[in-house]
Amino acid sequence: MSKFAKKKDGDLPAVSTASLPDIVFMLLFFFMTVTTMKDSSLMVENTLPNATEIKKLEKKDRVIYIYVGKPTREYQKVFGTEPKIQLNDKYASVDEVGSYILAERAKKPQEIQNVLTTALKVDKEANMGLIADIKQQLREVNALKVNYTTYEGNAFNNLQ
Amino acid sequence: MPRRKGAPEVNAGSMADIAFLLLIFFLVTTTIETDAGLDRMLPPMDPPEDIDVVIKQKNIFTVNINRNGQLLVEDDLMDLKDLRAAAVAFLENGGDGSCNYCKGRKDLASSDNPEKAIISLKNDRETKYATYITVQNELVGAYNDLRNREAQRLYGDDFTSMEAEYLNPETSKAVRDDLKDKVKRIQEMFPQKLSEAETSTN
Repeated sequence: MSKFAKKKDGDLPAVSTASLPDIVFMLLFFFMTVTTMKDSSLMVENTLPNATEIKKLEKKDRVIYIYVGKPTREYQKVFGTEPKIQLNDKYASVDEVGSYILAERAKKPQEIQNVLTTALKVDKEANMGLIADIKQQLREVNALKVNYTTYEGNAFNNLQ
Repeated sequence: MPRRKGAPEVNAGSMADIAFLLLIFFLVTTTIETDAGLDRMLPPMDPPEDIDVVIKQKNIFTVNINRNGQLLVEDDLMDLKDLRAAAVAFLENGGDGSCNYCKGRKDLASSDNPEKAIISLKNDRETKYATYITVQNELVGAYNDLRNREAQRLYGDDFTSMEAEYLNPETSKAVRDDLKDKVKRIQEMFPQKLSEAETSTN
């Protein structure tokens, strides 16, 4: 009689996956809280130099980013290998830096417009000539607070 | 036919798939690190009106970087590793004796006091950025070394950690008000006067 058939001893009961969503949601909330959104994809090589005397850039909303470096391999055919400036998602010339800063500054709320920092993310292979031009542009639009973004590490490793 | 149960239960088996999808989306579009770097102030475009300030040559510590990354410090070739010590010696020289916390040699041919001491950094257009950052790091390091020493003497804590805590937005207001005066006092003992001349073109 099937009604009273004994269960076979051999097969294991299936592991309950009912709590799997909870685990995954936990992971999800962890990542949502500790990370920040990427705002632009990099089109330049960006190996930052090392430094020890660094300060953290708190408050991401008060930072304007400027990337400098050689175009990445996929763009090298079109743009060559000379270091270029990247503003938002496209390459730009030195003259556009000033107007970019002004445009970004205008987007921010009034009360933080005076405390903005410009983060220069420059590849360590770049030459200072380009940086000097950018700095000149920043001075012209009175964006005097800059942060040379670096990795933390022994600064003498830069020289190799 | 009478209904036996209420609404049938929704199958939650695909909940995990939805959550995984969201998780992967957030993993791909976000970055975990906060940026850090060297904070600097650029000189303003138009200098203030009183430009007739005479700075004595002995109060200026000139650092020149050439295109090959070699250093010329006060007209002498110098290794990058010695730069920090040289800058520290210059800053706390205390030639006129008005600085009572300086431990320098009180050499009359070097800076009068930390208030007047200026470090002037000049670089070539073809200097590598990495070299420039290393030099900046060493010069800021020289200031931080001196400030740390004074902070240790006065408050028993490092200046850099005090400043980091002061700037951290999570620090409570009471602690921050307390730190503000200390940080300011140390900063005034060794004001950071690091001038960057315009780049030379030759």
